[in-house]
Order: sequence, then structure tokens, then C-alpha cells
Amino acid sequence: MNEMAPNTLLSVEGLKKTFGISVGFFGRPLTLTALTDINFSVAKGETLGIVGESGCGKSTLGRCILQLLQPDEGKVLWLGQDLTTLPEEEMRKRRRDLQVIFQDPLASLNPRMTVGEIIADPLRTLMPELATEERRARVLKMMEAVGLLPEMINRYPHEFSGGQAQRIGIARALITEPELIVCDEPVSALDVSIQAQILNLLTELKDEFGLTLVFISHDLSVVRHISDRIMVLYLGRIVELAGSDILHTDPRHPYTQSLLKAVPIPDPKQARARKLEGLIGEVPSPINPPSGCAFRTRCLHAKDICAAERPPLETGADGRQIACHRWREISAS
Amino acid sequence: MADVLTVDDLNVTFALHDSEVHAVRDLNFTLRQGETLAVVGESGSGKSQAFLAIMGLLARNGSASGKAILGDTNLLALSPEKLDNYRGKDIAMIFQDPMTSLNPSLRVKTQLVEVLVRHQHQDQATALRNAIEMLERVGIPEPTRRANAFPHELSGGMRQRVMIAMALLCEPKILIADEPTTALDVTVQAQMLELFKSLTDDFGTALVLITHDLGVVAGLADRMMVMYGGRIAEKGPVDDLFYDPRHPYTYGLLHSTPHIGTRARTLTPIEGLPPSLERLPSGCSFHPRCRFAMPQCKTDRPPLTGERGKRSCACFYEGKLSYEEVVA
Repeated sequence: MNEMAPNTLLSVEGLKKTFGISVGFFGRPLTLTALTDINFSVAKGETLGIVGESGCGKSTLGRCILQLLQPDEGKVLWLGQDLTTLPEEEMRKRRRDLQVIFQDPLASLNPRMTVGEIIADPLRTLMPELATEERRARVLKMMEAVGLLPEMINRYPHEFSGGQAQRIGIARALITEPELIVCDEPVSALDVSIQAQILNLLTELKDEFGLTLVFISHDLSVVRHISDRIMVLYLGRIVELAGSDILHTDPRHPYTQSLLKAVPIPDPKQARARKLEGLIGEVPSPINPPSGCAFRTRCLHAKDICAAERPPLETGADGRQIACHRWREISAS
Repeated sequence: MADVLTVDDLNVTFALHDSEVHAVRDLNFTLRQGETLAVVGESGSGKSQAFLAIMGLLARNGSASGKAILGDTNLLALSPEKLDNYRGKDIAMIFQDPMTSLNPSLRVKTQLVEVLVRHQHQDQATALRNAIEMLERVGIPEPTRRANAFPHELSGGMRQRVMIAMALLCEPKILIADEPTTALDVTVQAQMLELFKSLTDDFGTALVLITHDLGVVAGLADRMMVMYGGRIAEKGPVDDLFYDPRHPYTYGLLHSTPHIGTRARTLTPIEGLPPSLERLPSGCSFHPRCRFAMPQCKTDRPPLTGERGKRSCACFYEGKLSYEEVVA
């Protein structure tokens, strides 16, 4: 077991998650490995960004942290206590501290409940001892904190736009005064001007409530904006994990480099000066991933060793973690 | 460059059971050969409906008035049968989700060959040869094998390439792409954007890029048109609008967009919500969200002013606002 820094809130050790899938009626069952060898920790008050493309396992990781999915192997330690072996009843109490915000704000709100009922719901289930008036007072206070007007309390979700619905989702996540919130693509479905409002709101609330955030997104510009550290996933493994600024100014893993080169820049002169570089080929199937380094089939730097051996996750002098056989040579060139 | 499409006073309305919604009002623009025009706006700005109207693809309760002149033909005055002679041949459109735009029960080649047989009267063998050649040109590896595949057997990026190949089969003068990369991963999006760039350069196709992503606009477009509440807020060359925005909405959009190269602690969002088309605010429809709004903005609608072919803007302050001073 890793030694734990004093301010570590959450740490994940040796996490693995697989899904069984069957192909066709008589097909033999196959195993899809969604996550392997996931090790990291999150300090109190920090924002950890998790990026990667479709199918890299980023949402699965969020769900494993929240115990909405049971990992096959490994531990999810909350202040040193392993959540994966916690009895149902104990875990229920923990849920006050671990909350979630989803991508599609309207789909994640019960259409037959009023805004007030939706926001109060976690209190009703997780803190049933609260009196009705106290519950209502907390709901109103939280609505104000996320920028909803008090008169909206009796309205239904369909009366709200996407941005407002996401504010309801945020209020629901914050009502139990959690320590950590997993944000799974919270702004991806929103218009640009609203996206900026919600990102600013999350930043303000984080400071106000001393929150710790795990922020999952495919949008590197958004993740850079909000995160202190960023984890890059490829086919279910961590390829690089570093401070947000270091990762962006000096990415070392060839996959991180490719991702950053593919992000469009909203500045015409800068955009014309550089050619966007896509990656060659397609993401391999997670049912039958390549041997050695999973990225080698698309990597410009791949050598024989990359097919033969899986690169271990190493820690560099600047504190970054990286899984690549050749990262020292590549960065030198 | 020659103009390939001239749109005059395009209005789009939808009939509801007891009222009417104006989705697009008084839209005027020209599209030149080989250029990329970005159409930018948020949900409900009318950016998609304007081009669906030009393609004759409005929902059944929708109707369009005005003119969309292609060559010497007004597309809006044609019957659906006559319009079929232009759609797919001179003007083609691709959509955000390639899976719902391709027929899931037909092989890729069947869907491609149909276009060439219908519009170019080619025989099956020639059409198949040309279809496979087009798949190769849009960067599909092993095009012969992929032509035999069903859409669900291809990845998202590959399906979008098939859509683009289909749209380009007849070498249209105009390609309208509605959020073509929004559903794609960033590395695949980068491949697509390079493909679009080579299209306009190599085929001389005029590209209309409907998007909300200013990063995509900056890398690809020559001119841009910003829409708000169904009208043009500002239009002009991309550099002019990015570096010297004159409409407060254009300015707001630019400052709401996170930039990968810099890390600002806070973004400057536009406050409030985009308006509902059923209840557009009086005067300038942006005034409730505009930090510069003055009494006149609530009562009068600012006209779109500027020189034809250059930049224009619909704001009473046009050119007189210095954002840096006002914001600071």
C-alpha cells in the first residue's frame, strides 16, 4: 500500500474493471477490459481532470469511484477506508460525501418531481433526521448559491433550459455538503455562453464550499481551464498524469502530444500557423487490445520493445507519471 | 471569386397550433466559390433552419420566403421534384450524426451508387468504380472492402467520411456541413478539418460550416456570420470578427470560449439565457443580456449596417465600442 499523504481524500489502488459481453445468440462470451492498473490519489481541495477519447474508460472510472459500478479488482480508499468492501448500509452514509453531476442535465432530473423535490431528494434519503422546514431552508439556500430564483422551487424540469437544468443538478449534488463531486462531462451538452457560466459557477462553489472535484471531459480546453492536475487515459490505462500547466506546455507521452496537437485554437492567426494533426488509424478494440503498449499501433515513435513489453507507469523528476518506454528520448528530441 | 449562392431576405416560419414562430428573419448573404463561410450561433439562433430551408428540408409545418439564387435558379421557388435535380448534385448537406443520416439496412456502396445513377445517369459498374474512388479520396483505407460494409460496421469518423464522400460524388458547388465534427473525438475531428480544407482547395467547393465551436471556425473559415434570435448579429472576414468584434454578442462568444493555450482563472460568460423564439425580446433581441444596452436598444431594432461584401453589424454602437476600456 502506498504511503498516504496527510491531505489525501481519495485514493485508487490497482483498480480493474471488466465487462462481459456476448456476441450474437450463440456467440461465446467476450471480456471487455475497461480499466486496468489504475492508481492515483486526489488531495483535498484539488481538481483532478480526467481526459481521453470515447471508450477510454473515463466515465467507468467515475462510476467506480462512486461505487455505482463494482470494480473487479483494487481498492477505492476514502480517507483510508476501502469503499469496495463497505457494507451497503455503511456506503449509504458515505454517499453524503461523494456526489455526482451528469452530462445530460434534463435526462438526469426526474420529470415528475418539482425542482424543490429534486434538490431535497438526497437530504430525504441520506439525512432523514432533518425537519421539513430545515430541509426547505437548505434547498432555498442552495438554489440561491447556484443562481436559481426562489420562485422556481415549484416548477418542473421541462420548464428549464439546459443551463438552468444543470444548475438544478449542481444544487442537488451540493445539498448534502459533500467533500467530493465527480463531474462527468458537465458542460458538454451546453451552449458556449452557458458553458462559461457553469464553469465559473463550479469554480466559485469549489472555493465557497471547499470542494474537491474529479472532472471528466473529452474537451481539453475545458479541462485545462478548471483542473489542477490532469490524468490522460488511453484504452483503460493511465498514460500520463501531471500538473495541468506542465501537461499542456511540456507533454511527454506521444498520445498526450497528439491529443494537444488536435485541439482547435480559437484564434485565426495561430490556427493558420499550425497544421492540425489527427492520429493515424483508429482506437483498437478494448476486447482485444494490442500487446505491450496499447498506443503503439498509432504511435510515430514505436519500436520493437513497445510491442514486447508493457511500459510501467514511471514517476519523473517533475512529479509527472508517465507510461512510455521512450519518453526520455522523445522529449529530448 | 464568383458568387455561387445569393440569399435575399430569407424568412423561415413555423406554424404552431395557435401561433407562428419566426425562426429566421431577413437573412441576406452571398457565398463565393471555394470559400468557407462559418455560421455561428447557439441553440435556437436559426443557423440550421436557414440552411434546411435552402435545401427544402424544413419540417412539414415550416415555410420559407425570400430567394436563394443558385446560378439563375431560385431554389425556394422550386417544387420538390425540381429541387431534386439540384440537391445532391449542385448543393449537398451533411449532418452532425452520420449514423442517423445513413440507411442502416443498405451497404455503403448501394447508398453511394444510387446517387450517381440518379444524378449522373451512370451505369452500375461505372458508378461503383467512381464511388470507391471517392471513398479513397476522402481518406478511407481499404475502400473496396469498406464499400461492402454496413454503416454500423464502421467507426464514427469513418461514417462521417462516407457521408462526405456521398455529398461530394457529384462534385457539388456548395457543401453545407451542420456541426459535422461535434460528435467526433478530437483526433478524428482534426482529420476531418484537414479533409474539409483540402476540399475547398482542390475541388473549389464552397463550404458552409454551421457550428458553435469557435476553434473550428478559426482554423477553417474565411468569413463568418454570427446569428442571434434568428437574425444576423454580425458578419465579415474571420480575422475582423475575431480580433475586432463590433457586436457585443460576438465579443461575448469569443470571451466565453476556453483557450487551450492560456489558463484564465475565470471566463467572461454572457449572462442570462438565449431567448426563446416564441418570445423574442423587443428592440435588439440581445439587449437583456447585453452589458452595454441603452434605452434605445429596448425599443428599436438596430439595422444591419455596413458595406456589401465587407463586414456588417446590427448594433447601435457599431464600431464605437471599445471593449477593453468598457470591460476594465
